[in-house]
Amino acid sequence: METTFADHSPLLAHHFQDLEQQHNAATLGMWIFLATEVMFFGGLFTSYMVYRSLHPLAFAAVSRELDIVLGTLNTIVLICSSLTMALAVYAAQTGRRQMLILCLSLTLILGLAFLGIKSDEYFHKFKDHHVPGPSFYFPGPFTEQAKMFFSLYFAMTGLHALHMIVGVGLLTVLIIMAWRGKFSPLSYHHVELSGLYWHFVDIVWIFLYPLLYLIGRHLE
Amino acid sequence: MSNRVVPVSTYVAVFIALLILTGTTCWISFLNLGRLNALVAVTIAVVKATMVALFFMHLRYSIRLAPFVAAASLFWLSIMLVLTLSDYLTRSWVGSPF
Repeated sequence: METTFADHSPLLAHHFQDLEQQHNAATLGMWIFLATEVMFFGGLFTSYMVYRSLHPLAFAAVSRELDIVLGTLNTIVLICSSLTMALAVYAAQTGRRQMLILCLSLTLILGLAFLGIKSDEYFHKFKDHHVPGPSFYFPGPFTEQAKMFFSLYFAMTGLHALHMIVGVGLLTVLIIMAWRGKFSPLSYHHVELSGLYWHFVDIVWIFLYPLLYLIGRHLE
Repeated sequence: MSNRVVPVSTYVAVFIALLILTGTTCWISFLNLGRLNALVAVTIAVVKATMVALFFMHLRYSIRLAPFVAAASLFWLSIMLVLTLSDYLTRSWVGSPF
């Protein structure tokens, strides 16, 4: 499709030939960003694997201290939010503004629910003196390893929660934009790219859930 | 073009499969399979992540470069994991003092 400087669509930036090229460039850029995110979280997953391979029994025993009900509930909450986010992209692609606002709002509410449940878990960890520091208390043979496990637990879930907070911010902006009618079937890549980010954060949790909550249950 | 519309029924089917897999991995973690427990848990997580990437993230319908970038990131991650563990897991073989 040939377009000239004068007659191109207002949705098209000057440096792209057509909307398809613009859309593909945005998608590729987002995937490259997500590749850097894989490396960002990868460092923490690597340290987890190293310490777990050094202290398998201690990690299994300490992992049982985490609340499996809240962990599983949060997994379900995040999967539901991924569905509503995927449906939001569908709504944007097909030009359904009401459905788009509804799905984005549901995703936002589910994201906040995840963070609420997570902070409740953190609160109990503080109350039980399971936060590494001067008041750390974990009786039994695994005190030092427990400190390492909980350090990794807070670093990994903390970085994940930080990404959730960023996602909640993105969703708020998207809802305002959708409310003002900024999206159309020709221009919805803000929704699609935020969706990619949201699903990526879900994938990180899909791995955190078994590694942190499930590894010691069979020894109970 | 990459903005192909994926039908709602596909999203719902993936959603139900993800819920079933979550229930399965939670249930299996209580059975004592010895060393297999960790393997099963990670395998189910990989299956779930692949489903999210292929359908929710449109990797299956996207431009060809997107799966290439995703594969490259996993390749780099595997270099980090394999090289690091090949160090830590073999230290005892040669009697390293660390």
